[in-house]
Amino acid sequence: MNMPVKKMEMEGIAPSSSVAAPVVAMTPKRPPRSEAYARMAKETAVRVIPPLVVIALLTLIWELVCRRAGSTLPPPSRVFKDTKELIFDPFFDHGGIDKGLFWHLSASLQRVAYGYSIAAIVGIALGTLVGQSVWAMRGLDPLFQVLRTIPPLAWLPLSLAAFRDGQPSAIFVIFITSVWPIIINTAVGIRNIPQDYRNVAAVVQLNPLEFFSKIMIPAAAPYIFTGLRIGIGLSWLAIVAAEMLIGGVGIGFFIWDAWNSSHISEIILALFYVGIIGFVLDRLIAALGKFVTHGTAQS
Amino acid sequence: MTAYLKLDHIDKVFTRGNATTEVLKDINLTIEKGEYVSIIGHSGCGKSTLLNIIAGLTGASTGGVLLENREVNSPGPDRAVVFQNHSLLPWLTVYENVKLGVDKVFSKTKTRAERDAWVMHNLNLVQMAHAKDKRPSEISGGMKQRVGIARALAMEPKVLLLDEPFGALDALTRAHLQDSVMALHQKLGNTILMITHDVDEAVLLSDRIVMMTNGPSARIGEVLDVPLARPRKRLELASNATYLKCRQRVLEFLYERHRFVEAA
Repeated sequence: MNMPVKKMEMEGIAPSSSVAAPVVAMTPKRPPRSEAYARMAKETAVRVIPPLVVIALLTLIWELVCRRAGSTLPPPSRVFKDTKELIFDPFFDHGGIDKGLFWHLSASLQRVAYGYSIAAIVGIALGTLVGQSVWAMRGLDPLFQVLRTIPPLAWLPLSLAAFRDGQPSAIFVIFITSVWPIIINTAVGIRNIPQDYRNVAAVVQLNPLEFFSKIMIPAAAPYIFTGLRIGIGLSWLAIVAAEMLIGGVGIGFFIWDAWNSSHISEIILALFYVGIIGFVLDRLIAALGKFVTHGTAQS
Repeated sequence: MTAYLKLDHIDKVFTRGNATTEVLKDINLTIEKGEYVSIIGHSGCGKSTLLNIIAGLTGASTGGVLLENREVNSPGPDRAVVFQNHSLLPWLTVYENVKLGVDKVFSKTKTRAERDAWVMHNLNLVQMAHAKDKRPSEISGGMKQRVGIARALAMEPKVLLLDEPFGALDALTRAHLQDSVMALHQKLGNTILMITHDVDEAVLLSDRIVMMTNGPSARIGEVLDVPLARPRKRLELASNATYLKCRQRVLEFLYERHRFVEAA
């Protein structure tokens, strides 16, 4: 059995094979490397070129509009000139809040990591409870529906009063902002677990803990990750706003500080970073979801 | 005649608000060990409800189920179910799906290696060992149902409950799978209770056919013995007089005496 397989491979690599054995038809012909690279390059180009063109066009318009005298906002060329130092040296640290953008962003990300992790754990736990128990849903759902409409910043004074410190308050705001979509989506996912899976679990006699880990979480995973993805977006929205008010190191306060010192170019640069990081966070959770729920989405 | 599985005066009433519907009325049936019994009836006659009651997934309103003279009223691996739509967990591989039950049932009596061997043994029984690392979405409908059967068999149930196991399959796959189930029954001697609405399937596979009247308040209308020697061969039976007579009896019951009035 081994012999013909080896032979086929060799034929595939050989530039021209004169031996036309009938087995050759069985193996999919591997296209030459260069062809594969060409195809990959083409696929990448199809995806990358259109957004690049659009960005270039928008930048051009921006440049043309803001270049005129009396313009309130700087054109992109000015932005680049003003923020060159910040772009090329994100790691400086002159003490206090005079730090490179890297430190501001990492401080913000750290707060998000704390708040969001707590939100994920609490959200999945509460969502499971509400999805599983009709009485928990009847009791808690109206409360959730009202609380989730409260804007993130409205919580900030209250949490400042409770914690008397900026750091835990900011983390609390992240938590309270991102927990609702996680709860609600988890609950929907748990409620939508097909009766068939529950029957299987009943026949096999899984105990509640096994049912939770082996049936509930994987079955509800697509929903849970939808909630987690909405949650990470909201927490990134909330942190920038919260940091503007609590001060200290963080990208939110960096923006506020730049505004107070009329460094409009720095604001634009910071916004650019905020957007990119928000996008990356969203994609990270989406990729994690895709990895965890492989096979669950389709049945 | 020893009653291995006994259905004792089972009634089932569904209550929704003020409306009550009597689905099953006074179901009595005894099944011997090793017997293959089919329950046939029009859709909506409550045969699936009856299977759920035996499986313990639904409670009977009155009456009960006795397995080896012990009442059973909650689900358990001694009454493993092969579900109509296979119900494999899509995030587990074929192997893991079967192992889920095996790990629970034999957690104390078998070592890890023995359990692994037992899973593979059962996958081999249904000729699915080759696909053990595939996920349900990667195999065909017939294959999924084979895995469903392996999962149920691997729990070593006292009674194997089949809920229209071939209903969702195309005719050729169905015939193939019916032959497999017949061979397994022959080899392992399981007690099998099958829900079906296919007359040929019922006659081909069963020792006895339980015919149910139309709901509401469905009862057992008639029980027919199928005195055909085993092993049975599909092709030979096509012209067998006993086979044809049994088939005729079931057809008469379903389409003359208990015609389904409202088209489903």
